[in-house]
Amino acid sequence: MQSLLLASALIGLGLYGALTRRDLIAVLASIEVMLGGAQLLLAAYAAVTAAPSIAQGVNLVVLAVGASEAAIGLALVVVLVRRGRRRTEDIEEVRG
Amino acid sequence: MSGLVEWKMGLLAGAPWVAVLVPLVLAAVIAAGVRFWGRAAAPVALIGPLTLVGVGAASLQGGGHGAFEWISAGASVIRLGWNADGLAAVMLLVVGVVAACVMLFSIGYMHGERGYVRYFAILSLFTAAMALLVIASDLVGLFLGWELVGACSFLLIGFWYEKPSAAEAARKAFMVTRVGDSAMLVGMALLWSSTGTLELSKILPAAAGLPHAVVAGVAICLLAGAVGKSAQFPLHIWLPDAMEGPTPVSALIHAATMVAAGVFLVARTWPIFEAAPEARTIALALGTITALGAATIALPQTDIKKVLAYSTISQLGFMFAALGVGAWSVALFHLVTHAAFKALLFLASGSVIHGSGTQDLREMGGLRARMPITAVTWIVGGLALAGIPPTAGFFSKDEVVAQVLHAAPWAGVALMLASLLTAAYMARATRLAFFGQARAGKHGHESPWTMTVPLVVLAALALTLGFAGAGVAGVLGAEAEPLQIPLAALAVGIAVVGGVAGWLFAEDGGQREAGLKGASASVWNAARTGYGYDDLIGRAVVRPMALLARVTDAMADRAGVDGVAEGVGAVARKLGSALSDIQNGDGQWYAALIAAGVVVLLAAVVWVAR
Repeated sequence: MQSLLLASALIGLGLYGALTRRDLIAVLASIEVMLGGAQLLLAAYAAVTAAPSIAQGVNLVVLAVGASEAAIGLALVVVLVRRGRRRTEDIEEVRG
Repeated sequence: MSGLVEWKMGLLAGAPWVAVLVPLVLAAVIAAGVRFWGRAAAPVALIGPLTLVGVGAASLQGGGHGAFEWISAGASVIRLGWNADGLAAVMLLVVGVVAACVMLFSIGYMHGERGYVRYFAILSLFTAAMALLVIASDLVGLFLGWELVGACSFLLIGFWYEKPSAAEAARKAFMVTRVGDSAMLVGMALLWSSTGTLELSKILPAAAGLPHAVVAGVAICLLAGAVGKSAQFPLHIWLPDAMEGPTPVSALIHAATMVAAGVFLVARTWPIFEAAPEARTIALALGTITALGAATIALPQTDIKKVLAYSTISQLGFMFAALGVGAWSVALFHLVTHAAFKALLFLASGSVIHGSGTQDLREMGGLRARMPITAVTWIVGGLALAGIPPTAGFFSKDEVVAQVLHAAPWAGVALMLASLLTAAYMARATRLAFFGQARAGKHGHESPWTMTVPLVVLAALALTLGFAGAGVAGVLGAEAEPLQIPLAALAVGIAVVGGVAGWLFAEDGGQREAGLKGASASVWNAARTGYGYDDLIGRAVVRPMALLARVTDAMADRAGVDGVAEGVGAVARKLGSALSDIQNGDGQWYAALIAAGVVVLLAAVVWVAR
């Protein structure tokens, strides 16, 4: 129960940060916090379910995917920051 | 050789719709190549009327008939049929001969016009429409042709559409005939509802058996259509204005063929009128009023074409009077001869206008010496119109007057008075145009052969057609009336008196009429303006209608229909601009909306699974 509350808190805080922070690196960090919350949720689920191995396996896959995602996301942010676009307002490609 | 001719005649008689198809295809072909044809349009277009003449000649002894299904809705079937009987054959010949003459004449008259090819395309279409009108074996096909000739008339009156008066005249002709056409449509609907068909071969035998009120209603409605098309009082006002069109058009459409379609319609549906004496009485009254009234208006006109226009209205009045007393074959005979001599007069006036450069009788004078062929043919036409033997007009008009006098003496006397005036205005116009001193310095010259040949052909017809009376009656299946010598002598005497009076009156080239004073001047001017009838219609009908149209425009159209349409648009636009603020290109804002959506969906799921 506590882990559920903690996971919800992590996801909520991460979402708040991802939506409100204007610094790209902070946004990326917030997204990682959300991912952490989600993984905590999976781990908590593994602790109560009758077939924990599946949940644990999925968690390991998410861990790997999350690592790759962080690497790619960070690489993109580094490229953007090097070009002087370190804030979310600078990304205008989706503006109509 | 004769075998081949026979075979060809048989083909033409067996398939009268060829007379519609050929000019129709020609019209399309000419219209498709407006830039391409140039001067070649005229000889190509001439094939159309010649086909009509061929079909008409081949069908004189009875031609083919048939039909194909056009519209089928449940048990109701509308067929488009053709029946080249004697009546249709006579009309085909009239239309074909006059149209051929007019097209030949137009080569010279319309030379160098900007719309030369367009002109011949519309003439071809008109020929096709007129052929459809006369060979149709049901009222649907007839009405189709009826409206198409009206449309062609509109296009040709407004041929010089840059000229405001021509455009106005075209609109006026279209609107005024529309009044009669609407009534005709009502009559057709009445017929459909009471007999369930519009095929003449079924309606006409059944006409006598219908309830009297229905037959009378149908007959009056059809008569109203005929009155509009044939420019009879009270719907005659469009024809004088129609003179804005090129003169050969006036000869073909507004003298010989289309305006005579009203007479043809009544003759075609004669059994309905046979069963409706009220409609016949109306036809007699309107015809007599028109014949006499229009003759008085023709007398003081100064425009040579206006003289002929009112003369046409007057002569059509003679035909309607003949229809009114039941002598439809006599009316048809007068239609045939009138087509020849009135087309001749119009074409001759066209030649005069072409040669002298003016339409005003007061500016002409002495043209006889410069335009001998035109002068002689005009005089032949004038004699025929006045009814001097042995011209065609003498025979046909004499029969009309005799028949009307026999059945309704007062109307007969009125027609005799109209004959007197006819001779007078023709003599006056002839003397003003062709005799005396040349009043303006304009150099008249004779027209080229393309214009004089049709004149000579029509003059020959105007001289000889009178002897074809028995033949025409035979083709129509009616008895020819023998000439009543005393009455004929009286009619000729009247014509001579009128002619001499008109001749003497025009002695000094129009000085006398210009110098009229007091009461006679006011009568003269009243007649010249058509007794102000046009103004009366303008005040009593056109202005209230225009007012109604403006009110409807403001209230119903702009406030109502436009309001709804624009309101819908405005709501969509406002909503769109409000919603477009959401799409601001900010990725985090989109993500926030997505998160909000997820929260709402989750809340909904929780709420439902509660």
